[in-house]
Amino acid sequence: MISRLLVANRGEIARRVFATCRSLGVETVAVYSDADAAAPFVAEADQAVRLPGDTPAETYLRVDLILDAARRSGADAVHPGYGFLAENAEFAAAVTDAGLTWVGPPAKVIATMGDKLAAKALLAEAGVPMLPSWTATDEITDFPVLVKASAGGGGRGMRIVRDAGGLPEAVASARREAASAFGDGTVFIERYVERGRHVEVQIFGDVHGTVAALGVRECSIQRRHQKIIEEAPGVVPSELRERLHEAAVAAGRAVDYVGAGTVEFLLAPSGEFFFLEMNTRLQVEHPVTELITPVGLDLVRLQLLVAEGAPLPEHAHYPAARGYAIEVRLCAEEPAQGWRPATGTLHRFSVPGVDREFGWLQRAGLRLDSGVVAGSVVGVHYDSLLAKLIAVAPTRAEATRALAGALARAELHGVATNRDLLVRVLRSREFAATEIDTGFLDRHPEVFEPLLPADQLPVTALAAALAAAAHRRATAPVLSGLPSGWRNVPAVPQVARFAGPDGDEMEIRYRLDRTGRLADWSSTPAASGATEGSPDEREAAATPIVALVEAAPDRVVLDVVGVRRAYRVHRVGSEIFVDGPDGATSLTELPRFPLPTAELAAGSLLAPLPGAVTRVHVQVGQRVAAGDPLLTLEAMKLEHPVLAPTDGVVAELPVPAGGQVRTGAVLAVVTSEEDSR
Amino acid sequence: MSILGSAIDPSAAGYTANRAALLDRLAELDAALDQARAGGGEKYVSRHHARGKLLPRERIELLVDADSPFLELSPVAAYGTDFPVGASVVTGIGVVEGVECLIVANDPTVRGGAVNPWSLAKTRRAGEIALANRLPMVNLVESAGADLPTQAEIFIPGGRVFRDLTRLSAAGIPTVSVVFGNATAGGAYVPGMSDHVIMIRDRSQVYLAGPPLVKMATGEVTDDESLGGAAMHAGTSGLADYLAEDERDGIRLARQCVRRLNWRKQGPPPRTPVPQPPRYDPEELLGIASADLKVPFDPREVLARILDGSDFDEFKPAYGDALVTGWGELHGYPVGVLANARGVLFSEEAQKAAQFIQLANAADTPLIFLQNTTGYMVGTEYEQRGIIKHGALMINAVSNSTLPHLTVNLGASYGAGNYGMCGRAYEPRFLFTWPNAKSAVMGPAQLAGVLSIVARQAAAARGRDYDEESDAAMRMMVEQQIESQSGALFLSGRLYDDGVIDPRDTRTVLGLCLSAIHNGPVKGAEGFGVFRM
Repeated sequence: MISRLLVANRGEIARRVFATCRSLGVETVAVYSDADAAAPFVAEADQAVRLPGDTPAETYLRVDLILDAARRSGADAVHPGYGFLAENAEFAAAVTDAGLTWVGPPAKVIATMGDKLAAKALLAEAGVPMLPSWTATDEITDFPVLVKASAGGGGRGMRIVRDAGGLPEAVASARREAASAFGDGTVFIERYVERGRHVEVQIFGDVHGTVAALGVRECSIQRRHQKIIEEAPGVVPSELRERLHEAAVAAGRAVDYVGAGTVEFLLAPSGEFFFLEMNTRLQVEHPVTELITPVGLDLVRLQLLVAEGAPLPEHAHYPAARGYAIEVRLCAEEPAQGWRPATGTLHRFSVPGVDREFGWLQRAGLRLDSGVVAGSVVGVHYDSLLAKLIAVAPTRAEATRALAGALARAELHGVATNRDLLVRVLRSREFAATEIDTGFLDRHPEVFEPLLPADQLPVTALAAALAAAAHRRATAPVLSGLPSGWRNVPAVPQVARFAGPDGDEMEIRYRLDRTGRLADWSSTPAASGATEGSPDEREAAATPIVALVEAAPDRVVLDVVGVRRAYRVHRVGSEIFVDGPDGATSLTELPRFPLPTAELAAGSLLAPLPGAVTRVHVQVGQRVAAGDPLLTLEAMKLEHPVLAPTDGVVAELPVPAGGQVRTGAVLAVVTSEEDSR
Repeated sequence: MSILGSAIDPSAAGYTANRAALLDRLAELDAALDQARAGGGEKYVSRHHARGKLLPRERIELLVDADSPFLELSPVAAYGTDFPVGASVVTGIGVVEGVECLIVANDPTVRGGAVNPWSLAKTRRAGEIALANRLPMVNLVESAGADLPTQAEIFIPGGRVFRDLTRLSAAGIPTVSVVFGNATAGGAYVPGMSDHVIMIRDRSQVYLAGPPLVKMATGEVTDDESLGGAAMHAGTSGLADYLAEDERDGIRLARQCVRRLNWRKQGPPPRTPVPQPPRYDPEELLGIASADLKVPFDPREVLARILDGSDFDEFKPAYGDALVTGWGELHGYPVGVLANARGVLFSEEAQKAAQFIQLANAADTPLIFLQNTTGYMVGTEYEQRGIIKHGALMINAVSNSTLPHLTVNLGASYGAGNYGMCGRAYEPRFLFTWPNAKSAVMGPAQLAGVLSIVARQAAAARGRDYDEESDAAMRMMVEQQIESQSGALFLSGRLYDDGVIDPRDTRTVLGLCLSAIHNGPVKGAEGFGVFRM
């Protein structure tokens, strides 16, 4: 029996495994990088061992350090989580060789499935349906095709190519990303099915020869080949479900599978399906499978049982399904900015109505599997998943509504997230009608819009301004009991200036009367360089009739054209987070008195996020055309090309290849031809 | 604790008539304030804005802490004179970096911000308030200097402004000047006499004489910038301590100066940190003040709407009941209140007032005078009982009390009652007037009647007939003249108060003034014990 388990992972999955360990009485050991020293999973473990450094290569990918940690902490088993070393056969072998229990399939199985080409050949023989695929680019005649990393998973290194011209660059960049992410740059190419859905089957095998299917998951809503919304049991006819189960179990049997695994299929609109890959680990989206089992299966518990050599319990063989579960992956990223990873301090992380964390629910409700808590710092080193929120309900429609409602009301302050996009997808007509496939997001640009309609921004900013005013009044060292902004000769309104979520400046003017009522207000996009000139000379934007019901530093209630609306306001420094009935937004209060500062050289290109400059493609003095790549910034394990904004000459390249930069650092200066003359 | 009751019926005819009359007076006040706010008029305001410059009230709004209250003083100065309402300067008390400051801002849209006799009077009054209450002073300077047509009335007395500035400094009350434009000749001594001076690049011009006068005086040909530009003063003459990039930056630097004053108020903090508001709606004050000054009203109805929690412990309620005296708190500050209840002051009221003022001095408790008096009682009986002696007691006590006094004229302030109830000549720290109030040596009808009797007696003494027709005309003319000269706006225009206020703002204004007063020490007179009277 396992008595002390080391989890060779971090974040949400480490907490998930620990939660099961606690319920089973298994002691827990965490390993953590320096960047994660203050993370919740470290605090929750019975023991924790430091892995010096920040990058995965220095820490969570270091087999030697992790084995040493297991030895020093007295762990007798290792759970790899997902990602990092979860599908690394050498690690599995090393764990076993060290006399520890490996919670996962045998190294041989991992190795077989890890070599995607070999795996396909093997499974095709076992009768699992396959897509046509190639390894050499010159054999390809039919497009579109998909370039994939052989060693990869989770969409890393994948590229869709629609014509032969784009193939070489796609292959090259997929190789680079694969090499960086997995240490193996091998890629292969296969047929790309338009409007394909991603469905997958959870399987479980034990050392006694059992391989069973535990149900289907629908994971078609994806961004850049990474799943963001997952459902179970999925909208799949029962005949198809059975065929999927059979194919998945056949795949498992073909390799004598042991432990939790997932067989992923591409489901064509015709009903044909093709094997995509087999993941030899617990999946991120395993909670939806757990939540629809009437007996409350805990897949981590099953993993531990199987690893201990026990047979898969009878109730876990083809369990019945009850209700419907949907999971969203809440990620620190900005979908509308090319999914740019977001970093920062999560000043508040609060999801209303959560019934349980990391566990099964007896009846309809909400489950939260989170790697972060309020105050967590989201850095640049690891992937962007913050938390998973899962709703279970009698029907798909109810689960969808409950999940969207909780997400919309969640307070997520300090780090940009994909929340608005998730809510918009869940509330879309197409999602409700199951008109979903892996190209959903490409076809629905409207879901990238913020939840808060642009025309609600002024009222939201007014709420922020009034909350700030209430705060200033409450903390004023003198005259704090007097009416806010009282004047015996009213002449000029109070002015608050904000930068909106897109960086657009706006100005809110307001005046309260002697009784604290809102006497009048207006909003304008602030004039550029608005330090001088009269406010009343600038035209006020049309503004709805608003009455102030109550204003406190953290809560403002406004009556907007006869409808009472409450805004929750949370201020951290100059950042103001407003959660209102239409959606959330973050504003930056602009200083009343901007300090005179040196201006940036025109044509400066700034780092959009912290990261490392991996390659510099140009030299100072080189002539470039608009759109030419100047250098490559790698952050959050993704490449961000920095392109020339205009035709011109490279004037400065202050950061060499390999240099680390902070957000806003100047990466390059391109002067236009005219300026440089 | 004694919570005041209220007998006000907002549906009563008297109430609605009073309210309607007061709203009319408030409309007149607002019209006068509109003139002040308009500055030099649309043309000059647009030209000023077009130059990228801010109006004085816009400068003040930037200077004071966001959402903090600001009390403008003497806003209708020069009302009823030949000069524009507001007197080309804005003064007031505002909070800068948590410090209550006396702010003076020239209005350059009114004849270049030139100083006329009323501007001078208003500025001097602001200086008095700063000195008496120990308020740091911030000058936002942009003035063409003396209004030349009236220079005879301002040149010689005007020098006092500069003397007062440095006396503030000597008294440990800091002075800050931001020069937004011209400060020529005498005007140059405003920055010259200030502790902290900020000038604005390419905007400030500070010199004793501009290029034309220099050419006339010495033949030297020079330019504005080398003669008195901001960069010159910051880098060469040293007259400027800080060089700002623009107006907003200049105001930022002024706030920075005030922040670094490490200012501490010398008076005690409010006794109650979070005071209760009054239990009755201040809106009802509009219906309480009588439209007809001959109809007295109960000042307890006013106190119930301005004191914290409507809590008022009355002193000697059964004695001299035409004057209400007692203790309460206003925005947390303890206060003693003297308020006329039924117009006339008799001997008992005068003695009660004298005793109460001594008690307040013994307890270092500031006093609030709510005036509504027609004066001390006249007539044989009262003279024989010593009304002059008793009135003198009260005037003596008011004069020699060293406490801060605040006076509000709620209605009538006639005759020596004005003196006993701490009228302007008795130097209350602040004096405000409700728009319905009047003040004069006596009522218009009484004054006209007195003149008529005297004329009639003179005619009789010379054995002439008295022309009744011309007597009626004379009385009407005199009554009208006195009526217009005793009105609130007229008196405020002449700086006989610190402003006409909306009655609904009374609590706020007094609270702000009490807090300002507590920048200085609050100490009663010492000497004899309290005389029982």
